[in-house]
Amino acid sequence: MKALIALEDGTTFTGTSFTGPGETSGEIVFNTGMSGYQEVLTDPSYTGQIVTMTYPLIGNYGVNDEDNESAAIQVEGFIVKEYNEIPSNFRATGSLAEFLQAQKILGIENVDTRALTRHIRLAGALRGVISTEDLDPDSLVAKAKGSPGLVGRDLVKEVTCQEPYGWSADGPKPGSNFSSCPAARYKVVCYDFGLKYNQLRLLAERDCAVQVVPATTSAAEVLAMNPDGIFLSNGPGDPAGVEGVIETVRELLGQKPMFGICLGHQIMGLAYGATTYKLKFGHRGANQPVKDLATGKVEVTSQNHGFCVDLSSLPEGEVEMTHVNLNDDSLEGMAHKKYQAFSVQHHPENAPGPHDSIYLFDRFIEAMG
Amino acid sequence: MPKRTDIKKILIIGSGPIIISQACEFDYSGTQAVKALKEEGYEVILINSNPATIMTDPEIADRTYIEPITPAMVAKIIEKERPDALLPTLGGQTGLNTAIKVAEMGVLDKYKVELLAADIDVIKKAEGRDSFREAMYKIGLKVPESAIVHTIDEAMAAADKIGFPVIVRPSFTLGGTGGGVAYNSQELEEMCTAGLDLSLNTEVMLERSLLGWKEYELEVMRDRNDNVVIICSIENMDAMGVHTGDSITVAPAQTLSDREYQEMRNASIAIIREIGVETGGSNVQFAVNPEDGELMIIEMNPRVSRSSALASKATGFPIAKIAAKLAVGYTLDEIQNDITRETYAAFEPTIDYTVIKIPRWTFEKFPEAEDILTTAMKSVGETMAIGRTFKEAMQKGLRSLEIGISGFGGHAKFDLAGMDQRDLEMQLKKPNSQRIFALHEALVRDMGVERIFELTAMDPWFLHNLAQIYGLEKEIKEGGFQGLKGDFLRRCKQYGFSDSQLAFLTGTSESDIWQLREQENEQPVYKLVDTCAAEFEAHTPYYYSTYEEENEARASEGRKVMILGGGPNRIGQGIEFDYCCVHASFALREMGIESIMVNSNPETVSTDYDTSDKLYFEPLTKEDVMHIINSEKPDGVIVQFGGQTPLNLAVALDAMDVPIMGTPPDAIDRAEDRERFQKFLQKLGLKQPANDTARNAEQAHEIAAEIGYPVVVRPSYVLGGRAMRIVYNEEDLTRYMFEAVQASADHPILIDKFLKDAIEIDVDAICDGKTVVIGGIMQHIEEAGIHSGDSACVLPAHGLSDKMLAEIKEATRAMALELGVIGLMNVQYAVKEETLYIIEVNPRASRTVPFVSKATGVPLAKLATKVMAGKTLNELGFTSEVAIDHYAVKEAVFPFDRFDNVDTLLGPEMKSTGEVMGMDHDLGLAFAKSQFGAGQSIPSEGAVLISVRDSDKETIVAVAHELASFGFSIVGTKGTASFLNDNGVECTRVNKVSEGRPHLLDKIHDHGIQWIINTSMGTRTTEDSFTIRRAALDYHLPYTTTIAGAQAMTRAIASLRGQDLQVKSVQEYF
Ligand SMILES: Nc1ncnc2c1ncn2[C@@H]1O[C@H](COP(=O)(O)OP(=O)(O)O)[C@@H](O)[C@H]1O
Ligand SMILES: Nc1ncnc2c1ncn2[C@@H]1O[C@H](COP(=O)(O)OP(=O)(O)O)[C@@H](O)[C@H]1O
Ligand SMILES: [Mg+2]
Ligand SMILES: [Mg+2]
Repeated sequence: MKALIALEDGTTFTGTSFTGPGETSGEIVFNTGMSGYQEVLTDPSYTGQIVTMTYPLIGNYGVNDEDNESAAIQVEGFIVKEYNEIPSNFRATGSLAEFLQAQKILGIENVDTRALTRHIRLAGALRGVISTEDLDPDSLVAKAKGSPGLVGRDLVKEVTCQEPYGWSADGPKPGSNFSSCPAARYKVVCYDFGLKYNQLRLLAERDCAVQVVPATTSAAEVLAMNPDGIFLSNGPGDPAGVEGVIETVRELLGQKPMFGICLGHQIMGLAYGATTYKLKFGHRGANQPVKDLATGKVEVTSQNHGFCVDLSSLPEGEVEMTHVNLNDDSLEGMAHKKYQAFSVQHHPENAPGPHDSIYLFDRFIEAMG
Repeated sequence: MPKRTDIKKILIIGSGPIIISQACEFDYSGTQAVKALKEEGYEVILINSNPATIMTDPEIADRTYIEPITPAMVAKIIEKERPDALLPTLGGQTGLNTAIKVAEMGVLDKYKVELLAADIDVIKKAEGRDSFREAMYKIGLKVPESAIVHTIDEAMAAADKIGFPVIVRPSFTLGGTGGGVAYNSQELEEMCTAGLDLSLNTEVMLERSLLGWKEYELEVMRDRNDNVVIICSIENMDAMGVHTGDSITVAPAQTLSDREYQEMRNASIAIIREIGVETGGSNVQFAVNPEDGELMIIEMNPRVSRSSALASKATGFPIAKIAAKLAVGYTLDEIQNDITRETYAAFEPTIDYTVIKIPRWTFEKFPEAEDILTTAMKSVGETMAIGRTFKEAMQKGLRSLEIGISGFGGHAKFDLAGMDQRDLEMQLKKPNSQRIFALHEALVRDMGVERIFELTAMDPWFLHNLAQIYGLEKEIKEGGFQGLKGDFLRRCKQYGFSDSQLAFLTGTSESDIWQLREQENEQPVYKLVDTCAAEFEAHTPYYYSTYEEENEARASEGRKVMILGGGPNRIGQGIEFDYCCVHASFALREMGIESIMVNSNPETVSTDYDTSDKLYFEPLTKEDVMHIINSEKPDGVIVQFGGQTPLNLAVALDAMDVPIMGTPPDAIDRAEDRERFQKFLQKLGLKQPANDTARNAEQAHEIAAEIGYPVVVRPSYVLGGRAMRIVYNEEDLTRYMFEAVQASADHPILIDKFLKDAIEIDVDAICDGKTVVIGGIMQHIEEAGIHSGDSACVLPAHGLSDKMLAEIKEATRAMALELGVIGLMNVQYAVKEETLYIIEVNPRASRTVPFVSKATGVPLAKLATKVMAGKTLNELGFTSEVAIDHYAVKEAVFPFDRFDNVDTLLGPEMKSTGEVMGMDHDLGLAFAKSQFGAGQSIPSEGAVLISVRDSDKETIVAVAHELASFGFSIVGTKGTASFLNDNGVECTRVNKVSEGRPHLLDKIHDHGIQWIINTSMGTRTTEDSFTIRRAALDYHLPYTTTIAGAQAMTRAIASLRGQDLQVKSVQEYF
């Protein structure tokens, strides 16, 4: 089935659908990871985005029940070079097409994804529409122009959990104030801005009882649970657009050890009084080199972000940069000098991607004493 | 960390001659490393016995020793040069093993030479199977259950525990030599005998069989700050049991989810740390159980390898270059990524295409050997192809092989339609060089992926993709020529179908399809290999073709020349031709002309992205080459350097008005076409052995009788001496006509008078159309009848009369001018009774060009390039042959030990895979060096076994006499013994095998023989002489199969008495 991709700047690309008819819009971004499409598809940080994989062959190993990073597919649409319909992997429980179709997510193949990627690299992340129903370039470009972007938009309230839940051996389990969590050494409250399950898995593995709470949860409510530590998850969109949370985080600063990842990290930055900006086309992939300034060692990291904390805006003397991105010198990690609060822009929980940065979770455990 | 300043001089050990499992990839790696170290201001000393390498060019290292890579020689060089450090990880297994031995000799300690990258314990920990498994257990990784044994009995006992089949694997050997799968105790005994003998430390490991598991490789790099990155993952299409060097492999891994991939990544990192490789690259091999993903470690190589070369070409990340910089102290985050220029080497390349590597085998040259693939590598070359999809890459890869196929199916050759079903299933089950054709036939017979998987254990993912290609093949057939249009035509090209396949499937011609695509405007685009999937801008123009929307090729202004490479290595066409192509590129750069390289061989220097201004990694077919020409519009195309591959394209390209540089294609035809060549020689009054062409058996017999036996016969349509035989009588001829070839009107048989006991001469010359200058006149050591590529040769020619030398020069001059050669020309002559015969003329760069260049210090290929680009030899200041006051001996290296049951007799069909050079002021010593370099030892005392055919008995007397005078005892078989005794040489007789025990094998076994001289009529005459030669091989005894060889060896022994070998760098020679 023929499909058309239209970008707000008027560019179009052709392809064919491998998931049947449909139309969807979002910010078009590329991910350079060569494996891990299932984790990418289910990563809430991609809310509002259409993802294209730069690796051309997708679907090879199918999908399984173990590699979901959230309860549902989060991307608005998926663009690949060649969809491989017959999976081959001992863990595979189904094909990628079935997985997408079940959740009505449009998948497009036979696209010159390298051309698309190069276009985004030069033009920057763009709003776009993909469709099998409207194949008229002009009208589709118009739709792209009309579609909502990400800047200033609060996507967190769309993806954060409605009810608090705990993390147990067999995944999420409804319940508040650690009621549904197996007993453990540390009690950690996790703010869900669109978190990835692997963050919870890694905490649980480290003897943490994990209580996930909605983004709107107040500082008082959290402190009332008397946690040993507070975790701020990743999430979609523009941190500046997220309502209320920044103040909450500011209140919690210094009260308990705090660890933030990606959007969580950006929100901490804003709470410190720093500012954020939008990268031209973001960092999305599994090969971004990050240097730990304390050890001078390089870790290869998994990344997925379009916004970034402005290094120059960090409050002098209060907050210091701990990690830097070797490709573009952007801020990758920071720590508060007075309080036990640290955060990174990349994804130490990986899934998908290298495990080089898992040590940060151990650091968090240490911080909780 | 900045680079180290405490070391100034670094010694690098190369990998020596091209052999199976150690080919030009180590020239590629080594050259990169040497350049990188010099860039950093270090003084680099190099030893490599292989003259055909770029790394041994005088301007690459500061001092270059083209000497045998033996511990003794390396020790001499260390003593003379006093390097601060030795970098042992670039010369393959040879470099590594030699470094270990030198260290054990105490030489490194004595002269305070530091081992860079990996010290002895590290190397041993990784290479010793035992210590390696210990290490793996320590970090919680699994290795297949196994036992280390040192005797046959231990082996038997262990096998009972592990259970058959068991994998037999000697420690410290190349490419798994001597290894294999033993299905029963008898096979086990055979393999262990060989294995224990081959292993550096008589240690063999028996291992639980993982046959049928999936096999993977990861390329890892580590710096001294303990940063570790993965450069590339490779998945083998052939399951465990087929050596990775013999497997079709794909990058990146295709059937691993991120979890499984990360598990492998973590394991690789843990391994390189535990083994303790300080800096540089390593290669880790994994086996994965397809049932449940269980992971086992197969091995790790703590050095650059064939796979790391492949990984470098597949990703654009220059592993060897970076490894060299890490070795001198840089860290990954300090080294810039050449391709993006804005990022660093501290990252993991990500690719947005699929790469496939397909081996090229050479079983047809060793008919006695069974065509099966096991844990010991057998392929002599490989080709790599890049496509956006696996299907496209697979089809490009197959047509890159240059074995007469144009893709996966859709060609006449290797059609298995007639094959019995049971045989077909056997072909699928037993890995062999033809399996890809069996796979196609299985799809044709609709056997189904399930069944094919059962038989081959190839991952269904690969099989499904192949099935999709075949599915489209059927559609193409059904749709016919009419069907080929619009989206369907595009889909065909995207699936990698070549015009030739489409023509075959639609019963049209390649040019029909070509024209059709011009009308339909269906043309390929070119995309960049950039290490980063377009995330950053790429600055190095390294291209591959595909059928998509955006074209990234940037045809530049200014004068540019395209060089067509030689494709995959094969016997008869190897590194020598790549050397010439690379020199062409260097010469163009010197002239300020843009160079565009086209090649499909990942092992080579020519496919290094910074060798030429532009690199197109593409198949060398007319279609693929014409596409590039149409896109780049070069001012000229060089076809005379890449061997037969580009030469075979010359006429076709010429017909399409491509500007061929240098010698006109018609001259090539004139030299290759029998009739035209005869007229040509007659015109010049030059002699050729009496010859004629037979179109059927009767004719052949008439002609042979007419010319008189012995005769040389060969099919007219094959090159490289294929299926060429010397036929001594009627019966032989009958057999040949029956077995070897089916003569027919369009496939005639060429019959030449065999010039017996003639001296063969090789001449390389260069001509600008007016002036001819001889590059070198080489005298073969073995007589004519032994392929020029297989015989040792000496420069300068020492045994010819001045009159004959003058005649040779004159003939060469005359032929070059008459042919209108612009560039290089090679002539093979035979001299018999002061008469000069022309054997063949090749108006192109020959296999001997690098040898001559290294021996004389004249860069022939560069000069030739400049001549082709319009300069005259006068302008280039090269107007007369250079005389040298030393001797250079080229010796060939053979793969016989790789193939069971193969005879080591030499003949007119080339069998060698590589060569070495020995240089010295004394001919005997030069020859000695060539022998050591080729891995042949030279006895100084003991017994020499002589067993020669009657015609040789006269001449061998002198040799035996001299040997006896050196104190050797002479042992001989019946005939030879009595003949020698009658002629005053004391000779003890020994039984042939057929004469009952104790026979000579017993004697050999008890180390009672130190050298074997055995000549035999034509092909493997009596079983007896065969067993002698084979025993020599199996027991690593020096053996000589020609009188000339025996004389040369005796001369070497004479020279070695009293004086010992000295080392001298090429820079000191010139
Ligand atoms: N236990 C085993 N079972 C089956 N095949 C094996 C086993 N071990 C090795 N192999 C096969 O033998 C090949 C060569 O083994 P390897 O350890 O890589 O030796 P080499 O040093 O020659 O590369 C491997 O590529 C693999 O295909
Ligand atoms: N008439 C002949 N007499 C003796 N030896 C010959 C004759 N013709 C060919 N040979 C031997 O066969 C070898 C291969 O023949 P050649 O014509 O050079 O084929 P190729 O194209 O493979 O080089 C030569 O190097 C030479 O040793
Ligand atoms: Mg191996
Ligand atoms: Mg020849």
